[in-house]
Amino acid sequence: MSHECGNGHNLYVPYRMRVAKVTAEAPSVVTFRLEFVDPADAERFDFRAGQFGEYSVYGEGESTFCIASPPTRKGYIECTFRQVGRVTTALADRDEGDIIGFRGPYGNVFPIEQWRGKKLLFIAGGIALPPMRCVIWNCLDLRDQYDDITIIYGARTVADLVYKHELAEWGARPDVTLYTTVDPGGQTADWQGRVGFVPTVLEQAAPAAANTIAIVCGPPIMIKLTMPVLARLGFEPDQIFTTLENRMKCGVGKCGRCNVGPVYVCKDGPVFTMAQLAGLPAEY
Amino acid sequence: MSETRILNRAALGELIAALTAAGQRVLAPVEDDGRVEFREVTDADRLALDYVQTVTSAKAVVFPRFERMLRFAMRGKDVTVEEVPPASPPTVLLGAHPCDAASFATLRAVFTWDSGDAYCEPKLAALTVVGLSCARGDDFCFCTSVGGGPADARGCDILLSALDEKTYRAEILTERGRALVDLAPGAFQPGAGAKPRPVAAILPRFAAAELTEKLPELFGDASVWRQQSLRCLGCGSCAYVCPTCTCFDIQDERSRYDAMRVRTWDACGFGHFTLHASGHNPRGKQSERWRQRVMHKFAYQPARLQVLGCVGCGRCSRSCPVDMNLGEHLERLAATAAGSE
Repeated sequence: MSHECGNGHNLYVPYRMRVAKVTAEAPSVVTFRLEFVDPADAERFDFRAGQFGEYSVYGEGESTFCIASPPTRKGYIECTFRQVGRVTTALADRDEGDIIGFRGPYGNVFPIEQWRGKKLLFIAGGIALPPMRCVIWNCLDLRDQYDDITIIYGARTVADLVYKHELAEWGARPDVTLYTTVDPGGQTADWQGRVGFVPTVLEQAAPAAANTIAIVCGPPIMIKLTMPVLARLGFEPDQIFTTLENRMKCGVGKCGRCNVGPVYVCKDGPVFTMAQLAGLPAEY
Repeated sequence: MSETRILNRAALGELIAALTAAGQRVLAPVEDDGRVEFREVTDADRLALDYVQTVTSAKAVVFPRFERMLRFAMRGKDVTVEEVPPASPPTVLLGAHPCDAASFATLRAVFTWDSGDAYCEPKLAALTVVGLSCARGDDFCFCTSVGGGPADARGCDILLSALDEKTYRAEILTERGRALVDLAPGAFQPGAGAKPRPVAAILPRFAAAELTEKLPELFGDASVWRQQSLRCLGCGSCAYVCPTCTCFDIQDERSRYDAMRVRTWDACGFGHFTLHASGHNPRGKQSERWRQRVMHKFAYQPARLQVLGCVGCGRCSRSCPVDMNLGEHLERLAATAAGSE
């Protein structure tokens, strides 16, 4: 995929993006909807589910996030981030109408064309739903191409769940099976979902492995505890996809940060199967 | 197209003057406060061509330690983004040793694989390398273990080799080298001269190709890497003096109304290099970072880019504050790998 940011020959020149909508998701977590300032940029921009970009506040720096909206929704992209450092703090201070920078799309994609006709099992924890939201909506927008779609999503507390409106929407759909859960102690009096860790809920839900693709994304501890459960359910490593979020600066395989064994997460990933990760050092 | 000329030391001033007059920036080893470094010269007065090694490498010529990329002008909510054109004047690197000349192949591989680099590539394109065979080496040199040598011509457009104390033989190796001779025809005399003086004796200590093949097998042996890195302070000196280290950072610097996006050198030996926003660090231990440095240069880059990330210049070892010696470390790794068969 070629990089056509800015003037077309210098990939470090970001697209100018207008913050079109700001949504508070959870404590310190917000979603930005971004629209291209230059209609010509909007015209030529193209991406696929799984890709990421570098978002910048001019004068503060760049941060790496996935594109959280699906390519089936045209005219804008969305990103969801937690405010933790210099750039994300400056980013969180932007208002609707402000201009920020974006360069991308970078990285590989979820091979959703190859998943046609299969069941899809999405398993996410905490702030790791955003990289999965893109592919979830992408597949829901092409709903008739897939068999059963199951989503298991957990967060520490009810407040930490992101995309609460969309969770309600998915939960109400007859063609989606949604399990939401919060860690023990994280529930509120009116909490309707489950209480327990994601791997436990997965074990209870016990989805069939046959003809199913599992997409897993979450904190390292969740991944670590989820893998044995998937194995017990009969999932093979090449049926399980994840997306890695190594620290990055350039996004194009040069700055060195996301190098894991002979691969660059920014070029060869961020999407990997567990079979692929088994052949790499666990430096992610 | 190997063709030879004679270059008298006495004609170096004429050469530099002619190149400068032709619009070339000439960088050459110069002694400054007890250190030899590549500096811009306009005459031959300060040349220090009998040096063993400069403290820092020649890589800054194409990959500066600090480089402005973008300029932002901010007026209220309005922002204009302006590219800072890369400074890439026609440049002659005069008197670089073969290790530095060879390093540009690695730099080129990193900055041009998959996508190009608008900052590095123009500088590579504007560079002519006049190499200088090494009359002397020291205990830190190990070029012959990594495919190079004290009279290796790779990466040179012209290679100078001393014939005696007053003359060099100039081997013209590329079209670009020929063009340089044409800019200063008076400085070069016809002829090849007698046999050049012997170059430095740098004995091979290990075979890089074998190391490349075996290193992945050693990856999981934590004790090897712990032992290798026990002394490492994680100061990053090795990366800053290295001719082939390319890891970089991108940062913004700002005042009230204006800001710059800059690219600076970085180092995989720093703990924060890979630190995630969550606090998780994929290479949280110094031993893991040392392993990354070795693996990246000797296993990953050869596999991925078909280049070694090392030219055996020994600068990392000369600069290391705790006397870690890369040549010795690699020798030990090669021996461990051979023993673990």
